[in-house]
Parts: sequence; C-alpha cells; structure tokens
Amino acid sequence: MIAQGKAFVYGNNVDTDVIIPARYLNNSDPAALASHCMEDIDAAFVTEVAQGDVIVAGKNFGCGSSREHAPLAIKVAGVSCVIAETFARIFYRNAINIGLPILECGEAAREIKKGDQLEVDFTAGTITNKTQGKTYETQPFPTFIQAIIEADGLVGWAKKELEGKA
Amino acid sequence: MGMTMTQKILADHAGREQVTAGELIEAQLDLVLGNDVTTPVALPEFKRIGATEVFDKEKVVIVPDHFTPNKDIHSAEHCKQIREFAVEQDLENYFEVGEMGIEHALLPEKGLVVPGDVIIGADSHTCTYGALGAFSTGIGSTDMAVGMALGKTWFKVPEAQQFKLTGKMKPWVTGKDVILHIIGKIGVDGARYQSMEFSGDGVANLTMDDRFTMANMAIEAGAKNGIFPVDDKTLTYVKDHSTKNYKVYEADEDAVYEKVHEIDLSTIPLTVAFPHLPENTRPVSEVGDIKVDQVVIGSCTNGRMDDLRMTAKVLKGKKVAKHLRCIIFPGTQKIYLEAVREGLAEIFVEAGAVFSTPTCGPCLGGHMGILAKGERAVSTTNRNFVGRMGHPESEVYLASPAVAAASAITGKISSPEHL
Ligand code: SF4
Repeated sequence: MIAQGKAFVYGNNVDTDVIIPARYLNNSDPAALASHCMEDIDAAFVTEVAQGDVIVAGKNFGCGSSREHAPLAIKVAGVSCVIAETFARIFYRNAINIGLPILECGEAAREIKKGDQLEVDFTAGTITNKTQGKTYETQPFPTFIQAIIEADGLVGWAKKELEGKA
Repeated sequence: MGMTMTQKILADHAGREQVTAGELIEAQLDLVLGNDVTTPVALPEFKRIGATEVFDKEKVVIVPDHFTPNKDIHSAEHCKQIREFAVEQDLENYFEVGEMGIEHALLPEKGLVVPGDVIIGADSHTCTYGALGAFSTGIGSTDMAVGMALGKTWFKVPEAQQFKLTGKMKPWVTGKDVILHIIGKIGVDGARYQSMEFSGDGVANLTMDDRFTMANMAIEAGAKNGIFPVDDKTLTYVKDHSTKNYKVYEADEDAVYEKVHEIDLSTIPLTVAFPHLPENTRPVSEVGDIKVDQVVIGSCTNGRMDDLRMTAKVLKGKKVAKHLRCIIFPGTQKIYLEAVREGLAEIFVEAGAVFSTPTCGPCLGGHMGILAKGERAVSTTNRNFVGRMGHPESEVYLASPAVAAASAITGKISSPEHL
C-alpha cells in the first residue's frame, strides 16, 4: 500500500486536546470531528489538507486523553498516515485499532519540512521525500499488530475470536 | 528473572508463571469502564464485532460524567444511547446523575476496584486505581468494545521505573505536589509505555487520597500505569468499601527496573505547573506575580475529602477575591454529602465559591466554567494543554487544592503559608 501527499509539520508533545478539542466531543460524528481537526494548533489545517496528506511531528505525538476521536478525526480529514519521532501509548494503540497507519522515524520527523511531497510505502516501510530527494527506512510493525491490521483492525480480530468461542 | 508488581499481576491474568517486558500477552479483565464521551463510540464497534451480550454484566461499568448533567442536545443524545445500552444489557454498574460521580473517584468508592485487579477504561485516567495495587490503564473506544465482548484484551508487558519514596511531606504539601514534582523531573514522556511503581517507607506517609492523586497523573508522564504497594491503609480502605475478593501482589526482590528514582518527600515544595504542559513545574515560591481569573478545585485528581477539607481549611472565614470565580466540584455524590454534613459546603458558599454537583465539566473545558480568551485559571485538575479549559489563548496552571484555594483569596498564584 502506497500513500502520497504533502507534509504538515508539528513539534513535540502534540496532545489530543489540540488534535480534537474536548469542546467538540459532545458530538461523535466522524465528519464533524474532522472539521475541527488540529484547530487549536493550526487553524488552517482543515482548509489546506487534501486526501493522502501526511502529518509529521516530533516526540510523544498524541499524548493526553484516550479519545479515539483524535486518530479518527485525523483519518477522516484525509490524512493517510502520521510520522513522528515517538507516539504516546494510547494514541498508538487507538490508531492501530481504527486502521490509521503510523510510523515512528526520528530522522524523517526531524528533516521533513512543511509542504514537502512524500510517498510512504507501508509494506516496505519506506518514506520517500520527493521534494528533498531522500528516502528513510522504518521498522515494520510487530507480527501481532500486523495480524490486527490484516484482520481489518481490532474489531475484525475480535470477531474471529468470538466466532471461535461459539 | 524477577518481575515487577505490574508484571506479576499481568502474568497471573494471562495464566502464566512468567512474563517479560516487551512481550505481547492476552489477559483476562476484571473490569471494563467507559464514560459518556467514549462509550457512544464503542457501541457501534461492539455491534460490528457481532456481540450481543457483554462478557459479564457485573464487570462492565458505565459512568456518564463528562457532559452531565446534560450540557446540550448532543450530550443528551449520547447519554441516552448509553443509558439504553445499560438497560438492554441489564448492567448493574451504570450510575445515573444523582448517584454518579467522576468515574475515577466513583469506582474505588463503590468498591468496584480491589488490589490485584486488571482493569481497562476508555478514559486515560483509568490509571488512578493503581493506588489500590491494581493494574489499570486507559484505552480507546474500540478496545473498550472488544473488552466488553470478550472479557480479555492484549497488552504489551511494560518495563517499569521505580520511585522509592522516603520521609514525610512538609505541612501543606500533598500527593499533588509530589506527582507534579516527579513529572517536572522526568517530563511528559518520561515514563512512556512504562509502569511507574512507587515503593519505600515514604508510602506509609501518604493518605489513600494522596495515592489516588498520584496514580491518576501517571499518564501525564506518559506511563501505562502507576501502582502502589498494598499496605494497612490500602486494606482498611478495601474493607471499608468492598466485599470483592482481592489478591495482594508484591514486586520480586530482584525485579528489573529501567530506572530507579530516590525521592525524599520532605524536600518537595508546593509545586505549580505552568502552561501548557504538566512538566513545566516550579516551586510556588518562584512563580512571581501571576494574576488569576478563575480557580477550579475538584476533578478525578483532587475532588476527594482530603482535598475538600484542605480547601475549607484555607477558605474558612475568608472571601474569594473580587472578580474571581472559584468553582469547587466534588468527585462523587457521597463526597458532596459528606462535605455538606461536615460543614465544608457552608464554608465554600460563605467564601463566595460555587459548590457544584459532581461532573467533569470545567476540567476538560466542557461546561460549568469555561475560560475566555486571555483568561487564566489555577486548577487542581491534571492537564493544562492549549485550550484545555476553554479558549485556545487561555491559560491553566496546575496546583494542589491548598495553593488553588490560597490563590482564590489573593487573586494571584499564592502559597497558603503566607495568608
Ligand atoms: S475530571 Fe477531568 S481528567 Fe478526570 S475523568 Fe473527568 S475530564 Fe477526565
């Protein structure tokens, strides 16, 4: 699977309150959530983002609350994947569970500039910066997590488990 | 190889003798929790799995606390959905407004959490129950749905950092100052993916409420869980609140820790975290002149009896500064009632503070005390991210109830020592 798009670049500790502010959590409609994505850190994001674009950030991306609304808002806004130096634990888990690809790659996270054209190959685990002419290798997912992704997220995995029980 | 306290609890719930850090395991769950923000997202997933019944109707807990009493039509719809689910599934532990509380204050009080439990909650502060020697951690809505359907989930076994506490805190200093101090030292990702295991003689000098506050904020250091050893205070608490069976786990003598921190509680000052991260801490003596528009005292971090008593001690016979709003919200209905009976409610109201029903309201910028552009709050809650309590250009300073109450009187960030 290959994704292509331009980069939106943010710093360290981007928290779930700026990804999707709590004042919008009285609504769980994904499209409504997506329309406020990144609002408190980058008000222009929702108007500039196009299908396939990539969020690039520093350390501890997605820290804070357990709201699945955060990866969901990002995914529904059209973002194809998030690249960061590191991810906060619950965000990492939620992203996998809902099928938003996320990649940890410190070098890429530090070097990619806003607006750079990126191509991300999830199967090969490579990130290509077409603007800067550079390619980065990332860690593939652990096998168990691959199984969840292959089962179309955690729900698919659980479905199989439940059928196994019956 | 020795295991940490967390690893031992997880091993037992995975039916294993031994687990090691980094390993992926499947563990049985003793409790699955959700609230009015996360449960509505979990319900369609629960259906998609093909589940028709929760794995155990006594072990699924749903607490509408974030936007309740219903803030608006959207929140009313959410609450309606989860109420209907609770009725359909015949859930014993669904707590309606009137008997509810902020989930992490409520569950221990209702005796739903005991030492040795494994608990997941679709709320990041689920880590609070580590105060009782349980393994508890925050997860998302899809995880909640799967947990409700199967009664088990997957975990990556965490490494741990040990926090060896010695000594006794100075007057006015509480668990809130200790945990803010620790987060200031290690940073908001200082314990990312790891357990924070507290130990040492100093633990005995912490009240249960101190421990709840500290475990509550483990997530603010990025931790998977925070956990305390079980001692006499824990067991007294458990006997007073629960009839559930429990099991006491202890870390092995030769448990491996990624880091060990020695912390002398007597050296910890009253501590304030500046915007916009809980790690931006300073001793209250070094904050300078910071004018405050609103003071918020309560939440799952500091809405318990210790906190309200401390607040009353500071506010008694005094008045909240002119043009400042002081909002006090207790953790649960039981705490609310106790505060009334002990005369604390009277002290609050006479001082000119608002004494609210339990709700998450102002803590997450939901309702009941939102900040305008450029406004500043001192809050006993746990997060001071950009926009957390209102306008993206407002500011939140995190502190203990004593510092927050003192600041409400003077109108600027203040120490209770100098009133
Ligand atoms: S009081 Fe605040 S931190 Fe605690 S559960 Fe409610 S919103 Fe979350």
